[in-house]
Parts: sequence; structure tokens; C-alpha cells
Amino acid sequence: MNSIEKSPMPATTPRVIVREAAAPRPRWQVWLIRPEVVTLLLLVIAAIVATRLSPFFADLGFILESSTYYIEFAIVALVLTIVIISGEIDLSPAAQMALSACLFGTAFKAGAPIPVAMAVSLLSGLIMGAFNGVLVTVLRLPSIIVTIGTLILYRGLAQVLAGDKSISGFPSWFVGIDYRMVGIVPVPVLIFIAASILLGLFLGITIYGRQIYQIGTSEIAAIHAGLRVRRIKMGLFIASGLVSSIAGLMVASRLGSVRYDLATGGELTMVLIVMLGGTYIFGGRGSILGTFLAAWLLVIIATGMTVANIAINAQLTVMGLLLIVSIIATNAIYARSQR
Amino acid sequence: MNPIARLFRAREAGILVMLVLFVAVVSLIQPRFFSTETLRIVLLAVPLILVAAMGQMMVLVARHVDLSIGSILGFSAIAAGMVFRDHPELPLFVGFAVGVLSGAALGFVNGLVVTVFKLPSIIVTLGTLSLYRGLLFILSGSKQIDPNDIPEPLIRMAQTSPIDIPWIVIIAFGVAFATWLFLTYSQIGRQIYAIGSNPVAAPLRGIRVMPVTILVFTLSGALAGLAGLIYAARFGYVNPGITGVGFEFTVIAAVVIGGVSINGGVGSVLGTVLGVLLLGSVQVALPILGVSGFWQNAIYGGIILIALVIDRTVRQGGLRGLLARGGA
Repeated sequence: MNSIEKSPMPATTPRVIVREAAAPRPRWQVWLIRPEVVTLLLLVIAAIVATRLSPFFADLGFILESSTYYIEFAIVALVLTIVIISGEIDLSPAAQMALSACLFGTAFKAGAPIPVAMAVSLLSGLIMGAFNGVLVTVLRLPSIIVTIGTLILYRGLAQVLAGDKSISGFPSWFVGIDYRMVGIVPVPVLIFIAASILLGLFLGITIYGRQIYQIGTSEIAAIHAGLRVRRIKMGLFIASGLVSSIAGLMVASRLGSVRYDLATGGELTMVLIVMLGGTYIFGGRGSILGTFLAAWLLVIIATGMTVANIAINAQLTVMGLLLIVSIIATNAIYARSQR
Repeated sequence: MNPIARLFRAREAGILVMLVLFVAVVSLIQPRFFSTETLRIVLLAVPLILVAAMGQMMVLVARHVDLSIGSILGFSAIAAGMVFRDHPELPLFVGFAVGVLSGAALGFVNGLVVTVFKLPSIIVTLGTLSLYRGLLFILSGSKQIDPNDIPEPLIRMAQTSPIDIPWIVIIAFGVAFATWLFLTYSQIGRQIYAIGSNPVAAPLRGIRVMPVTILVFTLSGALAGLAGLIYAARFGYVNPGITGVGFEFTVIAAVVIGGVSINGGVGSVLGTVLGVLLLGSVQVALPILGVSGFWQNAIYGGIILIALVIDRTVRQGGLRGLLARGGA
């Protein structure tokens, strides 16, 4: 789809039109008119509305506790942000979570000790990510449709592996990661915060991070600049697979059981978090900070709806609407700030 | 080139070979697969996919994708089912009109959002997939349309007709024929191909991309709505949490197998019909071969990927071209 943007030069203007450079935008505009600010504003508004609706929301501990359901998706969404910035997309992480968790469960049932089963699961994440990466970078198929194919494939394999039964009976030290606290912060939230800082630094200050922005802005320019585009993209898909398997293990620990339909529909939640965070769907723009804020926004909205007794099925309406509104808004903002 | 040689060079020939090979291999392993009874079961299994596949094919040809058809199918089936349940005195076609029109309306919304805001259809329809599913839960009050609420004549459409072939099969192949006429002989049909093969050139040739694209999404929605009625006829119930869930992936698998390129501009009704038949045969063959139904999704996923690689290979001029030019 990227080829659409290459509009040909109009043939009727042979002479070069010299244009005055537009005046630089005032600094406050550069800082304030950006999607992350919108996310932050929405977060503040959502928090205020939620506390009005229910006094529970004034309690930070309550929000942190109720976030554990979404935090696994949020962790994957951090990597998905980087994948989308690089101009690709990965719709298969939710299915990868299911397959790696089912592999973990199967290995455990077959008598493997937990650490070995976890290693199997992480390895499967690497392989699944690499498989996506090969299809996209070596065979150069569009990631959007490849990852739909692997989404079905991975979930199907999980179904083959686990059937329709759930696997449980894990030892008690493995179960209940969401009940382990450091102060009032559950461990998964801590992992999310740590991952956000690490990935934020990676994307913001390392050479690789900056190269990813360049690839997403113009892949052809990046190739001509000598960037190892295919290697970097391959690495991103593998990272996506690895983090999905970690998230899968976290779900297994939280639920104490695994099933093939684990994290069903998670691809929507992950894409929603990334889009709410103001990452540009066509690549090249976006930030980990935005995704970080958006994760909390989603937690507050979803928990708020649950507290307000809106059925989980009806919540789908709001989630879908939010996704569409957020891409429209992000696109509008980037169109404004186009140089 | 003589017609026979042309026939063999066509993409459809490859799919036909795959279909024949598949049937032959399965029949060798399990001779009772090769029977008119199997043909009957396959023909009964495909209308649902075929009708929606015609819509999805047009969307893919226009270089878009519609992930929301499963939810549209569910929504239309629920809407029509509620008409049947709450107003049993109304004739059958009112239910059909409600189903098809509600599907068309939802498809129209997809097309509008995609074209007005110039957004990638995959993300938009991922959003509406969730949005429409939520709406159908609200509309139905999370209640199922029970078998005794589905009118008897509708159920009979999935069983028989005056010429002994069930009505839903006739409708499905009728839709396929109409789609072929539309895409081959109407101006708008040709414009869909033009938009998909070169979205930059299309407006320069005076094609009004926006209305045509919206029309394509609307048709896809309407056909998914019709599929919703076929679902109600064939299964005799509509459940808000089950009907149409994951359906989009089955349809995309069928269309991609049928040689429709996800890069737009390429695809034929004949290929899609063959793709649907192949998928239907796989569906029917699995239990006969004693393969667990759990394999179905894994096989669909695998088939999509293989079809993508084949499509890529064909366009790159064979495997050698693919690997040689892989350097970018």
C-alpha cells in the first residue's frame, strides 16, 4: 500500500517554483499539538469522570489491581508500537500468546519441570516471530496479510495441541503473578513500567531506535542510506514473538490454566492501545510514551465501564468506536503538523 | 494463442488442479468420499462462504480488505431473526430485506470511514468488527434467536426447492453469476479493477474512486447480510456470541486460495468459486479422513500462507525470480 504515496511530478511545470520557506511553527505548537498530549488529556478527563462515577477510582491501588487484565496486552503493545513505527504491522501476537502458553502447558503436562516448559514457550515465541519475519523480509509479503494468515495458523495449532480442554495444575509458586506485589504495585505492572522505560530509551536514544523511525518514514531512503532494513525488521518481528510468549506465560500464571482461546480478540486491544497512543498507522511517527499513557487510558475506560455495569459484550462497541476515532484524530493531527 | 492453451495458463487452472488432486487423494485414502452424497454436503457447506466471498473478492480487487463481515453477518442474522420472531405475520422477504439492507448500511459505514478519512481499511474494519459485534449484542439483548422462531419456509430453503437443489445453493451460485456479469460487463465493475491495479492512475482516468470504493464496501456488507440469512436457514438458530465469529478468516482464506491478489487488481469470480469449493471440500473431508476438527483453523492458516507465497512467486516470474530479486 505504500506505493500509493508516490504521486508523479506534474509534467506541465518544467521550471522549478521557488517557494519561501514556511515560517517555523511556534515552539508551543510543536510541543502541544501532538498525539501524546491528546492521550494525556483524555487520560486526565477519563480519570476525573471515573472518580465522579465511582469513589473506587480515587484509590490508586484499585486501578493498579484492575489493570492486570490489560497489562499483558499493553506489554506486547509496546513492541507493536515499534513494529508499526517501522512501517509494518503484526496482528498475530494474541495468537502467539495462545500457542506459546499452550506449548508451555503441554510441556508441563508431559512432565517437564516449569523452567524447561518456560524455555520451550519462549523458544516457540522466537520461532513464531522469526517465521513472520521470514515471510515479510525474505519473501517480501505484506505483513498485514501475512500476520492474518499466521494469526489463524498459530491459534489453529494451539487448538490442535490443547483441544478444547484447559490445562492447569501448575505449582503454586508459578500461579498468581498478579497477586505478587511490590508495595502496592503488582509485578506485571512493574514489568510493564520497566519495559516501557527500556523500550522508550531504545527507541529514543539508540542508533537502532532512530533508524527504525527512518525506515518507517521512507524505506527507500533508508535502504539508500545503507540501513540494514531487512535485518532490523526481522529483529522486530522476533522481538514481537518473544514478548508475546512472555505475555502468554504471564496470562498462564494469572489464570492458573491455559486454553487455546487464551487472549482471543487481543489483537484488537493491542492495536487499539497503540493507536490511542498516537502512533501513526503508516509508520515513521509515534512514541513509547504515547503507548504507555494509552494503556492507562484503556485501563480506566474499561474498568470504568465494568464498574458502571456495562456488559463486557456491549463494551466491544466502545472499543471499536475508540479505535476508529483515535486513528482519525491521530491522522488529523499529523496532517496538521506535516512539514 | 488457442483457447485450450490459454485455459491452462490461467490462474484458475492451478486452483482447479489443486481441487481435483485433493479430491483424488482423499478418495484414494477413503473411497466413500467420492460420492454424490459428499457432493451434496459440500454444496450445502459452501453457499455461506460463497456469497460473502463474492463481496470480499471485490473488496480485495479494489485493494482493500474487509475484516468486519463476520460481525455484519451476525448483525444481519440477528436483525432478520428478530423480525421473524417478533412479527411472524410478515412475509419472508421482509426478513431478507432487513438482513440485506442492514448489512449494506454497515458496509456503507465502512466504506465511508475508509474513503473520507483516507484510512487503511484493515484497521478501520478491525474496529468495526468489534463495534458491530457490540451493537449486535445490544440489539439482541444478548439473547439467542431460537430454532422455533426461525420460520419453517426459511429452514426449507436450506433443504430443497422445486428443482431439488436447495434454494440456498441456487441463490449462492446466482450471486456468483451476477457478480461475474457485474465485474465483466459493467463500467463500474471494470473501474473496480482499475482502482485496485493502480490507485494513482485511476482518478487521472476520470474514475471517481470514492463512490466506487464506498459501493464496493456496501456490496460486501449486503452480501454478508445475505449470508446471515443463509446461516439462519442452514443452522436454524442465531446466537449473538457465535454466529459469524471468525467467519472473515474463512472467507479471506477462500478468496486468497482463489487467486485473488491482496495487492489489488487481480481476481476472478471463477477462481473464487473454485477456492470456495476447495475450502468446502477440505471442511467436509477432514471428518471423513478421521482428522480432528481442531485441525481446521491450522489448515486454513497454512493454506492462506501457501497461497500468498504462490501468488508472490507467480508475480515474480517463478521461484528463481523471487529469490534473485530478494535483495532490496
